[in-house]
Amino acid sequence: MEDWVALGYLLSAALFIFGLKKLGHPRTAPFGNQLGALGMLVAVLTTIFSMQLAGDAEWVLIGAGIALGSLIGYIMAVRVQMTGMPELVALFNGFGGAASALVALSEIQKYIDGGTVPAGLELTVTMVAAGLSALVGWMTLTGSLLAMYKLKGGVSVFGKWIKTPTWGPSWLNPVKVLLVISVAVLIYLSIDDPTNTTYLWSIIGISCLLGIVLVLPIGGADMPVVVSLLNSLSGIAAAFTGFIIGNSALIIAGSLVGASGLILTFIMCKAMNRTLADVLFKSFGGSGEKESLTRTKVGSDADEVAMMIDGAQKVIIVPGYGMAVSQCQHQVKEFADLISEKFDTEVKYAIHPVAGRMPGHMNVLLAEANVPYEQLIEMDEINSEFPECDVAIVIGANDTTNPAARSGEGPLAGMPIIDADAARTVVIIKRSLSVGYAGVDNDLFYMDKTMMLFGDGKAMMTGLNNAIKEI
Amino acid sequence: MTPEFLIGNITLFVLAIFLGFELITKVPATLHTPLMSGANAISGISIIGALIGANVAYDSGNTEISGILAFVAVVLAMINVVGGFLVTNRMLNMIAGKKRRGA
Repeated sequence: MEDWVALGYLLSAALFIFGLKKLGHPRTAPFGNQLGALGMLVAVLTTIFSMQLAGDAEWVLIGAGIALGSLIGYIMAVRVQMTGMPELVALFNGFGGAASALVALSEIQKYIDGGTVPAGLELTVTMVAAGLSALVGWMTLTGSLLAMYKLKGGVSVFGKWIKTPTWGPSWLNPVKVLLVISVAVLIYLSIDDPTNTTYLWSIIGISCLLGIVLVLPIGGADMPVVVSLLNSLSGIAAAFTGFIIGNSALIIAGSLVGASGLILTFIMCKAMNRTLADVLFKSFGGSGEKESLTRTKVGSDADEVAMMIDGAQKVIIVPGYGMAVSQCQHQVKEFADLISEKFDTEVKYAIHPVAGRMPGHMNVLLAEANVPYEQLIEMDEINSEFPECDVAIVIGANDTTNPAARSGEGPLAGMPIIDADAARTVVIIKRSLSVGYAGVDNDLFYMDKTMMLFGDGKAMMTGLNNAIKEI
Repeated sequence: MTPEFLIGNITLFVLAIFLGFELITKVPATLHTPLMSGANAISGISIIGALIGANVAYDSGNTEISGILAFVAVVLAMINVVGGFLVTNRMLNMIAGKKRRGA
């Protein structure tokens, strides 16, 4: 490698480092993202120029690949709805992992096609790195695709909606370990027989299966953690690929993403008061026994709620996944505008760190509806305000408001929650009394001060807005 | 591949991992998704490896299989990179509230 090529890669690595650093602070985040993109541009241009200068550039495949990939990526990124963002991130992540694994496969394919097979140390390094890259890369692809469909909730086949299953008996955990060990053994065997296609396809097949069994038992509420973990893995896959082709840019950027992605995964787990091991091996949420409901609660109607809000000085809105599903963020914003104009009510939003399908999901949705950033208050800050709040309006949130979390028992034990039950009156908009992901009945629903509006978030908010207009 | 070269790469690998661990400390929940998405776009760095692998002569029907595989890798990595940075940008613009809907 020419010296200046190494310097180009060094520059791009420095840009990635600055970019990631700046992405962690609200003010500098957009700039950080641009730095990252610039770093990628530098890396690509460095690579292409070095090929051109070496005089062996073959443009057909490279040009077509860049053009096609950019076009597809551009269209997908521009057309996606804000609510579909989490799925798209999962999909992109799967593509990244697959790309790394394909580069590794392409190198091995050269040996199979009759290229010179290196010997000694180089062969060992190549085969081990290629095997690990395949393991992590293919696992990331299948795991991310499954995670995407879990986030969507299902898949439509010939017009029929098939729900994504969540299935994970406890015997599946030793199977996962066994699969990893068998890949390790296959990699070891392949060092002595690098052109053996049986080993090659077995590694790929087992890795794909591993991604599926890893994600299958995990419930929808834990999906953000899984996508973050898969993101970390796709970085590691890129780093391993870097070892095969001896490229410093891949090694540095890949391991940066791998490590920082892992830290982000831990941060997310902490926000939910869970450990990564619990998420991966305990199969909570979605599956398992759900408590059967024995209590009932009489529902209220929009007029009743509207009258109660008339005269409230302070209203806190607690959005949850239900708001994302029914896409009612615009109605929520309209509601906030209506009551602040008509009744001169102070409105704030309480954002639980894991409300919705992705951390920050609520912020993105509400920002789309033009809710001012200052009104979105994080859980720790807003909890002290509930005792002086007249009405807390919970829209499609369940576990994040469940007082059972304070009791120290059951699956929710110790999870930080929004203290909506401390408000003078609580209005809950929800389809039914059914339990949330954790499968725990919510005492909040049955309190005397709680009013339930049973129905779809959008329909209920629209009804509530009309009722307020009529007052 | 000399042992020195390998040791050099392993050094890069280990140091970059330590750096990655230190780089991210306290991130507000609002930024978790954009950070994940931005980091994900950076993991599309395998585009470099894909480009190097796809740098083979195109000969319709007779192109080496390894070249075709690398070509697919270029497409996938490019989707990851372009889509990833763009989508992160859209998210951040919405969170910061700079641009309005339809942007």
